Amino acid sequence: MTWENSLPLFIVLTSLIPGIVIFFLSESAHGMRTALNIAGAILKLILIAIMIGGLNEGVRYETRLALLPNFDLVLRSDSLSVLFVILSAALWLVTTIYAIGYLEGSPNRSRFFGFFSLCVSATMGIALAGNLITLLIFYELLTICTYPLVVHRGTAKALRGGRTYLVYTLLGGGLLLLAVIWLHTLVGPVEFANGGVLSGRADEQPALSLIFLMFVAAFGVKAALVPLHGWLPRAMVAPAPVSALLHAVAVVKAGAFGIVRITYDLYGIQLANALGVLTPLLIVTCLTIVVGSLFAVFQDDLKKRLAYSTVSQVSYIILGVALFGPIGTIGGLLHLVHQGVMKITLFFGAGNLAETLGIHKVSEMDGVGRRMPLTMAAFTVGALGMIGVPPTAGFISKWYLGSGAVAAGQSWVIGVLVLSSLLNAAYFLPILYRAWFKPQQGEWHEEHDFGGRFETHWMLLMPPVVTGIFALLLGILPAILRSLVELIVLREYV
Amino acid sequence: MSAGLPLVIVIPLLAAIGAFLLPRASFVVALVGSLLTVGVVGVSAAATLESGALRHTIGGWRAPLGIDLVLDGFALLMLALTALIGLAITFYGRGYFGSATQQGEKGRQATYFWALWMFLWAALNALFVSGDAFNLYVTLELLGFSAVALTALAGKPNVLKAAMRYLIVSLSGSLMYLMGVAFLYSGFGTLDIAQLSSLTRETPALVAATALITAGLAMKTALFPLHFWLPPAHANAAAPVSALLSALVVKGSFYILLRLWLEVFFPLASTFVPHVISLLGVGAIVWGSIQAIRQTRLKLLIAYSTVAQLGYLFVLIPILAAERENVRALAGVICFVLAHASAKAAAFLSAGNILHALSDDRLGALRGLMRGLPLTVTAFGLAGVSLMALPPSGGFIAKWLMLDVTISRGHWGLTAVIIGGGLLAAVYVMRGLGRLFQQVDAEQLPALKPIPCVMDLSAFGLAVLAILLGFAGVYVLDVLEIGAQAAAGGSS
Repeated sequence: MTWENSLPLFIVLTSLIPGIVIFFLSESAHGMRTALNIAGAILKLILIAIMIGGLNEGVRYETRLALLPNFDLVLRSDSLSVLFVILSAALWLVTTIYAIGYLEGSPNRSRFFGFFSLCVSATMGIALAGNLITLLIFYELLTICTYPLVVHRGTAKALRGGRTYLVYTLLGGGLLLLAVIWLHTLVGPVEFANGGVLSGRADEQPALSLIFLMFVAAFGVKAALVPLHGWLPRAMVAPAPVSALLHAVAVVKAGAFGIVRITYDLYGIQLANALGVLTPLLIVTCLTIVVGSLFAVFQDDLKKRLAYSTVSQVSYIILGVALFGPIGTIGGLLHLVHQGVMKITLFFGAGNLAETLGIHKVSEMDGVGRRMPLTMAAFTVGALGMIGVPPTAGFISKWYLGSGAVAAGQSWVIGVLVLSSLLNAAYFLPILYRAWFKPQQGEWHEEHDFGGRFETHWMLLMPPVVTGIFALLLGILPAILRSLVELIVLREYV
Repeated sequence: MSAGLPLVIVIPLLAAIGAFLLPRASFVVALVGSLLTVGVVGVSAAATLESGALRHTIGGWRAPLGIDLVLDGFALLMLALTALIGLAITFYGRGYFGSATQQGEKGRQATYFWALWMFLWAALNALFVSGDAFNLYVTLELLGFSAVALTALAGKPNVLKAAMRYLIVSLSGSLMYLMGVAFLYSGFGTLDIAQLSSLTRETPALVAATALITAGLAMKTALFPLHFWLPPAHANAAAPVSALLSALVVKGSFYILLRLWLEVFFPLASTFVPHVISLLGVGAIVWGSIQAIRQTRLKLLIAYSTVAQLGYLFVLIPILAAERENVRALAGVICFVLAHASAKAAAFLSAGNILHALSDDRLGALRGLMRGLPLTVTAFGLAGVSLMALPPSGGFIAKWLMLDVTISRGHWGLTAVIIGGGLLAAVYVMRGLGRLFQQVDAEQLPALKPIPCVMDLSAFGLAVLAILLGFAGVYVLDVLEIGAQAAAGGSS
């Protein structure tokens, strides 16, 4: 057991073990639970920092466990997994702090935080998975662990939302299992590698193309590709930290990440292009981008509007994949991070409005900017980022995606981007206008006084402010991420 | 070392007699018997892993005159499975039945439970190590009788009716098996399975024997459409008995069936017979799952799930009989046996806890139980994960191996059934599990009778076993190799 072959495992275990311990804690062990959560999250970040340091020196970290002959559980670090791991681990830390503040005093907290930690462990496993089987195992684990979070409130509506979630994701999981085993019987055990590993097997046609489309459909369920997005708005009954987890840290991201992995490190972008499977993917993503935004315009419920916005925005990541060319890919991968940071800010903001003032609808938001200026400032950064206004992070993604479309000879995609930005503006600007420029109408629904100097509980306020600042920083200093992303991309296209 | 092999039968048998003769100390006798049995199985396992399959000739008379006990990899896995589940059942039983010294009906039930359970364990172990078709008949009868008696233990009218039906099915199944054995003997002049496997050819005697034995054993294994007796018997028996019946007893008859198809009936692999079996397996998966979804009582739901899950054991029979050296395919089926046994035992024990605490196992009554019975509910959830075949679990590894076989041979229909069966399982498991998350106000929470913590822990332990099996696939394959060469060599 050396550091090289155990570090990826430890990164998974730093949330898995606290999660399992938390299940056995009594409901009143508040301090212990918080300590475990925060310590696990910080330790995970430290381990990730060590891993990145080692990667820069050319160390390969890999944990391998044989489950069956020709069937290994492989966790390993490469630049793509680092990108996802940093995003999820960092956002997990802020979401945990947020969740502690959000759920204060509510029942079943041990169960909640137990599953919460398991979810993040599953996400780490997805990010670090070195082969398809490992990816499949953690992907299904993520499904199991998020269900109890979606139905956490235990109301009839929550249970219905949870059932819809399970129907979609388990069907997707069944399809994924079929695709994985079929590929396994065709080409034997294969592991992810830069540039893809299937290029020598292009003769296995049309099975390879069919399997690729099955992968897209299977991951597309979690990535909420239209028409597989139906579960996402209905899962909005979950508590706000869970929405943040679903939309920014884990579930939706896992779907998008899966498509990225399959395309770049399994098939290889060159083979995918040669098979002609990128064009249908491009069409589906463009459709999703427009349809998701269109639906969002008509939602009065704030969280639902954000949910449809996610449907649209996550597809930007996949758009970057579907555009054959390095610039588009950079845009897509950057958006993997940008969307997470911006969307989590928006959900934190929505959660704060609901918790502090009882606001759930856009139409109730008049004048809320004056009552909760910091929350709404962060929300505004997130919203402008989604529209793509410079100097926010969203502008950078859209810039690269647009240039990538031109470079790939698909200039019509720019039209889609412009249309989507207009629609984004159409559903976000009215919110900002109401919040900042309209006077308050009557009393707030259920104003909740948390005491203290701030506009709300500090544990609810700090997370959106931090992520909001990050959303700005990533826009002003895009170089932070770009070098890492360019590294991934160059290996693909050389 | 092989001289110790009879101990795996003798010890539980002695414990059964002891528990019968000393009713007041019956639990202690059974506990000592269980621990010793587990120990002997452990020692035999170590010996087998070190020096290969064990063969013991009772009284020094070689087959066909004498009786041989054989412990190869397959038998070892079954012995070990029975030992692990058996130990949990023994502990659970103490909590469930209470002390045998208590007055009246309860004390009587407890005494009989310990004696019959030890007897059943002896019969199961004897079944797994018998290398002779007639001995298998004897063990099958002993197993059937003790299982029926255990079912009837609860004593209520509907239980007695179910037990009666079970008895008739069990007897008819054994009878058909015995007639089949007669055909084998008249056709080939021996009943030793190792010798039979080098002698059998496609003759009318073999066809008759195969038909009779397969039908008889399929009946005892509750293969669709001969499953009608299983749900009432498994659902109405006492919880530890339900667990034994679903986890181990049906696996006993299946074990014989699989053994005989691999070593005796394989010349018929190219006929339509194995395909009929496979088709009935598909029927079981579909019909059992649909029935499970329609149930409104938890124990009946779990019982119908057994009907469905048993179907998976049969769907690969044509491939297994045709490719006897294909250890991967065999491992898929055997992993399924192991995973289903531990998950189903855990599920029935959890249901027993719920029934014990609530005095009600209607699905509607399960609301909000998560707070009252956290460990039981977790056990049920983990067992459910394995039944749905989601990773990481024994059920997943088993289905992976099975799908690997069906897809690589282009059996798309079977592939769809195996994957679809998992989705149907998700529907019926979630029908039970989903309600546990339902929020109820504190005053609406049902009053729960406290349950002994040993009952919680046994259910939980078995559920964890079902999950851990997901990491044991490599070992299962290794163990299966033990003695496999000998069997294949004997036939060539």
